[in-house]
Amino acid sequence: MSDVALHRSDEIRAPALPVGSIGNQASGYFGVWWVIITEASLFIYLIFGYAYCAMQFPGKWPPSGPPELTLALPDTLILILSSVAVALGEHAIKQGKRARLTLGLVVGFVLGIVFVAIQLKEWASRGTTLASNLYYSFYFTTTGFHMAHVVVGILILGALTIWSALGKFDSVRNSPVSIGALYWHFVDAVWIVLFTTYYIVPRLK
Amino acid sequence: MSAPLNYLTSHGARADMILPLTRGVLIISIIVILIVCGLLAAAIFRRRPVEAPGADPRGLLFRPRGGLTFVYVGVGISTLVLVATTIRTMKTLADVVSPPREAKLTIEVTGHQWWWEARYFSEKPAEIFTTANEIHIPAGEPVRFKLIGGDVIHSFWVPALAGKTDTIPGQTNITWLQAERPGVYRGQCTEYCGKQHANMAFFVVADEPARFEEWRQKQIAPAAPSADVAQGLSAFQTRCGACHTVRGTPAGGKVGPDLTHVMSRGTIAAGTLPNTPGHLTGWIANPQGVKPGNHMPQIDMSGADLNAIRTFLQTLG
Amino acid sequence: MARHTQLTQTTAIVTANAELAERLHKVWETEPGIKGFLGTVDHKEIGIRYIVTSFIFLLIGGVEALILRVQLAQPDLHVLSPEQYNQLFTMHGVSMIFLYAMPVLTGFSNYLWPLLLGARDTALPRVNALSYWLYLFSGLFIYASFSMGHAPNDGWFNYVPYANRQYNPGPNIDFYSLGMIFLGISTTVSSANFVVTAMRTRAAGMSINRIPILVWGTLTSSVANLLVIPAVSLAFFLLYLDRNYGTKFFQPQSGGQPLLWQHLFWIFAHPWVYAIVLPAMGMVSDGLPIFCRRPLVGYTLVALSTMATMAIGFGVWTHHMFATGMSDLALSFFSGVSIIIAVPSAVAVFAWIATIWTGRPVFTAAFHFFAGMIALFVIGGVSGFMTGSVPVDWQLTDTYFVVAHLHYVLIGINVFPVVGAIYMWFPKVTGKFLDERLGKLNFWLMFVGFNLAFFPMHISGLLGMPRRIYTYPHDVGWSAWNLITSIGAFLFAIGVLLLFHNIAVSLRRGKHAGANPWDGGTLEWAIPSPPPPYNFVVLPTVAGRHPLWEDRLDDAPGRSRLDTGLALDKGRQMLGTSVVDAEPAVILQMPFDSYAPFTLAVGTTIIFVGMLYRSWPGMAAGAIITGIALLLWLWPGRLREGSPEAANEPPFAEPDHV
Repeated sequence: MSDVALHRSDEIRAPALPVGSIGNQASGYFGVWWVIITEASLFIYLIFGYAYCAMQFPGKWPPSGPPELTLALPDTLILILSSVAVALGEHAIKQGKRARLTLGLVVGFVLGIVFVAIQLKEWASRGTTLASNLYYSFYFTTTGFHMAHVVVGILILGALTIWSALGKFDSVRNSPVSIGALYWHFVDAVWIVLFTTYYIVPRLK
Repeated sequence: MSAPLNYLTSHGARADMILPLTRGVLIISIIVILIVCGLLAAAIFRRRPVEAPGADPRGLLFRPRGGLTFVYVGVGISTLVLVATTIRTMKTLADVVSPPREAKLTIEVTGHQWWWEARYFSEKPAEIFTTANEIHIPAGEPVRFKLIGGDVIHSFWVPALAGKTDTIPGQTNITWLQAERPGVYRGQCTEYCGKQHANMAFFVVADEPARFEEWRQKQIAPAAPSADVAQGLSAFQTRCGACHTVRGTPAGGKVGPDLTHVMSRGTIAAGTLPNTPGHLTGWIANPQGVKPGNHMPQIDMSGADLNAIRTFLQTLG
Repeated sequence: MARHTQLTQTTAIVTANAELAERLHKVWETEPGIKGFLGTVDHKEIGIRYIVTSFIFLLIGGVEALILRVQLAQPDLHVLSPEQYNQLFTMHGVSMIFLYAMPVLTGFSNYLWPLLLGARDTALPRVNALSYWLYLFSGLFIYASFSMGHAPNDGWFNYVPYANRQYNPGPNIDFYSLGMIFLGISTTVSSANFVVTAMRTRAAGMSINRIPILVWGTLTSSVANLLVIPAVSLAFFLLYLDRNYGTKFFQPQSGGQPLLWQHLFWIFAHPWVYAIVLPAMGMVSDGLPIFCRRPLVGYTLVALSTMATMAIGFGVWTHHMFATGMSDLALSFFSGVSIIIAVPSAVAVFAWIATIWTGRPVFTAAFHFFAGMIALFVIGGVSGFMTGSVPVDWQLTDTYFVVAHLHYVLIGINVFPVVGAIYMWFPKVTGKFLDERLGKLNFWLMFVGFNLAFFPMHISGLLGMPRRIYTYPHDVGWSAWNLITSIGAFLFAIGVLLLFHNIAVSLRRGKHAGANPWDGGTLEWAIPSPPPPYNFVVLPTVAGRHPLWEDRLDDAPGRSRLDTGLALDKGRQMLGTSVVDAEPAVILQMPFDSYAPFTLAVGTTIIFVGMLYRSWPGMAAGAIITGIALLLWLWPGRLREGSPEAANEPPFAEPDHV
C-alpha cells in the first residue's frame, strides 16, 4: 500500500515538490524515449528488409561488392565526435557552465553538418541512384532515412545552441538539452549499426 | 455437385488427410460455443438468493467472494484442447506436405491476370505442351505442380483435392494433387488479383490413366487446319495471333491462353462461360462485356470475320 | 541547493471548495472563439472529436458495405462495375480498420483516462491535440481519392505486385500509401502520449495494480503501436518509392520480393488487430462489474492476459501468409503460436462470465451490450482457432469463412463494447441518460441483424466462396446464403442508426443524470456530469481499485481521499507520480491553448500533398511550416527566478516544456 495515502486532513504538510522540468522529470524526456523506441524500430525493419532481400538475391550481394570505406569510416568518426561534444556540453550545463554548453552544442552542430556534407559527396561519387538496382534502392533509402534524422538532429542542435546563448538553461532547468542530446546520441548509435550492416558485414564473408 | 468449391467433402488424397482435422476443429468450435454461451446464459439468468427485506436489490455486493475457480477451470480445459489441437495439426501437416509416393507427372502452372496457364513436362522435349484453364490429370496417382507467378499474386485452389497455394512472382512454389477417382473438380483463384479476380476459375479433370494418355497425345499434336478454314485462320492470325498461340499455325502470341486445342475444353474465359458456339462467338465479340477490365481487347470486326474465326476455332479439338 | 527551493512548490492539502473550483474553472476552460476551437488541449474535447469523427467514418464505411451487399445479394448482378466494387471494398476496410476502430478507442481513452486516473489532463496535451488534427487531415486525404474517382482498389492489405505502378497506374495507391504514413504519425504521437500519461500522471497512490483495465488495454496497444507502426509506414514508403522514383523493392524482375511487403504489413497488422480490441475489452472489464454489483473477478489475471495477448500477438503474423509457400518449420511454429494465443483470451472471457455469475446483474442497455459481446467474442474466437491450424487454413483462408471470423471479432469485440460504453458513459459526458428502452431495442436489432448477416458467411465460406469477388455464378451454391447476409446487413444497419436516433433524442430530452448514476466505483463517477474543465477540484489520493466502493466492500484497511488533496492551482498544474507506486514526484506545468498543433498538422498535410504530386516546392513549403510550428511549440519559457506564484498569469505563463 502506498505511503502517500494521507488519511486525515489535519496532516497538512505536503512534501515540497519540484515544479516543472527539473532534471529528467520532464514529460518530454519520457516522451523522447518512446520516440527513440519507435524510430529504432523503423531502422530495424529497414535492416530486416535488406537482409531478407539479400538472402534471396539470385547473384552476388552486394552486386558491386562492399561499399568503399574511404569516406564512410572517417565520417563515422566525425559523427561519434559530434556526440562526444554534445555529451560534454550536457555535462557542463548540469554544473551550470553555460558557455561550455553552447560550445559543445556548436561543435556538435558543425560536425553534424560536416557528416552530411561528406555523406552527400560519398553518394555522388558512386554514380548510382536508388533506382539503379535493388541493392542501391536499400542503400540509399536506408542511409537517406538516417540522413533525414541527422538533419532533424542538426536543426535541434541549432535551436538548442540559440536557446543556450539566450540563457534559457541553467544547472537545474535544462531538460531540452538532455532531450536533444539523447536524440542525437540515438542518431549516432543508429549510424554505427547501419555502418556495420552495410560496410562491415559484407567484408566479413 | 451443388457446391463444387466446398471443402467439407473431399475427393483427393491430400484433402482426405485434412478433412478429419477440419471436421474436428469445427466440432470442437461448435461445442465450445454451446458450452460458453450456455455458461453465459446461466450466469445471467440463474436464480440468486433472495435479498434480506429492505435490502436494495441494486446494492453493492458485500465482500463478494469466489469466481476465480471459473477462470482456472475454464482456461485449464481450453488449454488442454488447444494443445491437443496443436499436436494433431503438426501431425497432419507432416503427413500432408509430401505425396505418398513419388509423382511421375509434373505440371507447371502459371497464374496470369485472369487465366491459368498449364505446361506439361516430359522427359521427351517434343512432348512438352502448353494448355490453359482445364488441367487434366491421371486419377489415382499423385501429380506434382510447380506454381509460377506470372504477373501478380494469384492462388491455386481445388478444394475437393487440396488446400491452396499461391503463385508468387519471383519464386516457384510446389504442391501436389491426387484425385481418388475420375471426375471434374472446380478450382478458383483465391488471392485478390485485380478487376477479374471473381472470374478466374479453372477445372481439374481427373481421367482414367488410359483416357488421360489419350488426351495427352491429342494435346501434344499441333493443329492441322484444313483449307476450308483458311479465311478464318488468316483472320485469326491478324486479329488474335499477337496474343494467342495455335501450334501448327504462324499464330504464336504468349499474352493470352494457348488455343491449340481450345475445343477440348468444357469452358472458356477461365471457367466463366460454357464452351458452346454461341458463347464462344459472344466472348470474341464482347470480351469487355463478359469480363470488364480483362486484357482481351474489344475488337471491332465484321460479322463475317467473327464467324470465320469461330469456325476456325471450332476445328481446334 | 539554495536554488532548488525557489523551484519547488509547497502546497497545503486543502478541502474542495467552491472558490477554488471557480478559480480552477477560469484557468482550465478552453478559450472562446477560434483560438479555443483550433487550439484546445482539453482531453475531453479532443476525445469527443475523436469519437464523433470516427463514427462518421463508421457510417461511411457502413454505407460502402451496404452497397457491396446489394451487389452480392444475388449472382451475376451489375449494380457495380468490378473497379467500383474493388474501390468500395478497399475503402470499407480502410475506413473501418483505420479510420474508425482505433480512433474511437483513442477517443474513449482520451476522454476517460484522466478521469479514471484522477488527473486533470493527459501528460502531453498539445501532442494529444496534434494527434487529432493529423487523424482528421489524413482521413480526409485518403477520402479525397474518391473525388478523383481513384480510391485505393487493392484491398486494405494492398498486396504487391498488384499495387505496383505497372498494374495500378493511377494515383489510387499513392493516396493510400501516403495517407497511411500520414495517419501513422497521428497514431504514433497519440500512443506516445498515452504511454507517458500512464507512466507519469496517475493519482497519488494509484499503483499499477490499481489502474482500470481500460488503461491496461490502451497502454498495451500504445506500446505495441510504437513498435509496429514503423513496419507498415516503411512498407508504404518503399511502395511509394517504387511507384514514383523507380526503386526495386517490390519488383520481382529485379530481385525485389513481393513477400517482403506481406511480412512488413502483417508484422504491423496483426498486433494492430489486437490493438483495436484490447482497449474495448478493457471497457467491458471496467463496465461489466458495475452492472454486476461487484469488482471484476481476477483483475490481475485479466491485466496480465491483456499484455500476454499482445506479446504473443507479435509472434503470429505469418498466419496470414500460410499459403505463400513457407518452410515447414515456419508453418509449424506460427501455427502453434496462433492456436495458443487463444489462452489469454480465454482468461478474459471466463473472468467476465465469473463476474456475472457471482454478481447480481442489472439489466441496463449497457449490460446487454457488454454481455452480448461475450457471445460474439467466443464465436469469433473459435473461428480464429480453426484458421490457426495450417492444413485447415489452407482450405479456409481467403474464403468468406475468414470474413465471418474477422467481423465477429471486430464488430463483436470493438463495436459492441463501444456502443455499451456509450450507453454507460453518455450520462457522465452529457449529464443525461440515453433512453434505456430504446437502448435495449438498439441491442437486439444490432445483435440479431449482425448474426443474420455474418453467421451465414461461415457457411458460404465452407462452401468455397472466395473473398473479394464482385460477383459469383448461380451454380456454386452460394446464392441463398448471400441473400440472407445482405438482408441481415440492412437490419444491422437499422440497429446502428437507432443508436444515433437515441443520441439525438436524448441530447434534447434525456433524463437528467447526476455524478454517479450507475453507482460505479472508479474515480470518474466522483466528479460532476458533465465534468468541469479541470476534472478534479483537489487531486485525489487513491488506496484501492474502487475508491467509491471502499466503505461498502470494506476489504482493505486503506481509504482513498477524494474531498481533500493537493489543489495545484498556480496556473495549469498536474501531479507527476512515480511509475510503479504512484508516489508524488513533481508538479507539472501544463500548456494553455495553442495554435501550434493545428499549424503543425496543416504543414504536415502540405508535405503529403506535395509528395502526392511529386512537387518539391510543395514538400518544402510544408516542411518549413511544420518546422516553424515545432520551433514555436518547443520554445522554452523564462527561467522562473521568482516565486511560483509568478506562474499564475494565464495565458502568459508558458510551460517550461511540452
